[in-house]
Amino acid sequence: MKSKKLSIPYILWMLVFTMIPIVMIGITAFKDTHGRFSLEPFAKAFGYTGVFMKSLWIALLSTLICLVLAYPLAYLLTRMKKSSQNTVQMILMIPMWMNFLLRIYAWVILLQDNGPLDSALSMLGIHASYIGNTTAVVVGMVYEYLPFMVLPIYTVMSKIDGGLIEAAQDLGSNNAAVFRKVIFPLSIPGVISGITMVFVPSASTFLVSQYLGGTDDIMIGDVIDKIFWTDQGTGSAISLVLMIFIFVFLVLMNLFGDEEAIA
Amino acid sequence: MKKILSVLLASVLIFTTVSCLAGCSGGTENKGEVNVYNWGDYVARGEDGLMDVIDEFEKETGIKVNYTTYETNEELYNMLAQSNVSYDVVVPSEYMISKLIKENMLLELNYDNIPNYNNLSDRFKKLSCDPESKYTVCYNWGVTAMVYDKTKVKNKPTDWDALWDKDLKGEILMFNNSRDAMAIAMQLCGIDPSKCTKADVDKAAEKLMEQKPLLKKYVMDQVFNEMEGSQSAIAPYYAGDIAMMMEENENLDYCLPASGSNLFYDAMCIPACSKNKENAEAFINFMEKPEIAAENFKYLRYGTPNEKAIDLLDDEYKSSELSFPSDEYLNKCYVFSDLDDDVYAYMQEKFVEIQAN
Repeated sequence: MKSKKLSIPYILWMLVFTMIPIVMIGITAFKDTHGRFSLEPFAKAFGYTGVFMKSLWIALLSTLICLVLAYPLAYLLTRMKKSSQNTVQMILMIPMWMNFLLRIYAWVILLQDNGPLDSALSMLGIHASYIGNTTAVVVGMVYEYLPFMVLPIYTVMSKIDGGLIEAAQDLGSNNAAVFRKVIFPLSIPGVISGITMVFVPSASTFLVSQYLGGTDDIMIGDVIDKIFWTDQGTGSAISLVLMIFIFVFLVLMNLFGDEEAIA
Repeated sequence: MKKILSVLLASVLIFTTVSCLAGCSGGTENKGEVNVYNWGDYVARGEDGLMDVIDEFEKETGIKVNYTTYETNEELYNMLAQSNVSYDVVVPSEYMISKLIKENMLLELNYDNIPNYNNLSDRFKKLSCDPESKYTVCYNWGVTAMVYDKTKVKNKPTDWDALWDKDLKGEILMFNNSRDAMAIAMQLCGIDPSKCTKADVDKAAEKLMEQKPLLKKYVMDQVFNEMEGSQSAIAPYYAGDIAMMMEENENLDYCLPASGSNLFYDAMCIPACSKNKENAEAFINFMEKPEIAAENFKYLRYGTPNEKAIDLLDDEYKSSELSFPSDEYLNKCYVFSDLDDDVYAYMQEKFVEIQAN
């Protein structure tokens, strides 16, 4: 009973700032610009399928790259001395003390024409444009969200009971087998929350693509923002579809995670 | 330990009560407040060695200013139409003023409380969106123009078609804002943007589609970085801001398009939800004091409608064609005073479509 009482503030918070707004978006999504019931917003929303797919693709790619970079890093971290672990963790966190926008600006300066990267490669005789394309957007996303992938995986991994690893070794497993049979399966919950924490914000952000992308790199978040100026109905409809997509993705992820944990 | 704690707690309690009492007693000379909702970065607030005009107003009148900002006219409109907050002074642009007047969302001003209104030049006294001048006091105006990098652009641009120049492929920037981008395209198609229809929007969209492969980017604020850092060759932007960019990079020059451009203005109004109308009028009056308007001008470089303020400025500012284009040029410009809601929504939709394809 007591535990229920403690959760009341959170439930209230959820109700007021999450549930009610979602319901309002749901209602607005079925209204045209004159406030009448209509399915027109959804019809219009489907006009942006291309941008939608591209945004999901960029988000997925960024998430995968983050995972590939973060997983070994998290694993190595857990094997370090406790003091080095803290230092590395700190280094990972330092960029996050700065404002998101400033970090993106830094990338703009790094990648722009005659910027550090361009100047360095020009000396080797390589001339190209490094900003204003989808690759730059993915690089920016990976940079922004990498800590959100490393930290949950690291946290879960460092909680793995050392006794389990020792037991596996006693039973004749070499390092590879220990990793495959003990550490990897037990780290799956961290991987899942890492993927969630990277995929969800990168699917809906638009700042990164606005600063690092070119004319073709508009993302669904940008479309929602612009359309909302004059047409809340279509904006809400796109938001709703995006939410459903993300929700389905999360459910699938969790199903996958449970099976892995059982196996 | 417990004793120390209780002493500490008691002293904190006493301190807060005393400071509250002091605050309350100060309240006797309190003249109330005024809720100002303005564009971001739109008044001098003590940066660049200029005056903090909001502080100055509080000191002079004793009225407390609650200052908040918005980024788009639509944000302002949605706040006024859909939320319960009360604002006393807002600064919408011309087309939004027409809409607000039409929907009875503005209060008529008592110009007796705003004697500084007489400092305004005649051109900006009776605005096209408020021809009888009942609701508005013009704050700022400007035109759209082009800024270009002399080292990258060989032929001196003269008109908007420079933004479609194939020789500059990949180095052209464009407005990331449907109204301004569409207006430029319409001018090139020979359409008067202030009287455009949906069919005109279609034509303009086609013209913008033609331009897209030539562009580096659609930008708003990023234009400063791009042009000041010599990253791009040419861009359309607001003339006052172009003056700022030219100070940062001596290779930049400007062009007022020969076929004219968009004359825009923002005016101070009192929304119907206002609860402190007299304070709001005092604030508007204060902003039109010549020395205050001059400070704001130095910060913004957008044209000030305040003639007495212009008299206070250095010649270098006064003669700037970017801040103060000639009357002759202004007569060639058009004003978006009455943009139909449906047409505007269609513009926005088409513009997003261009970017999405």
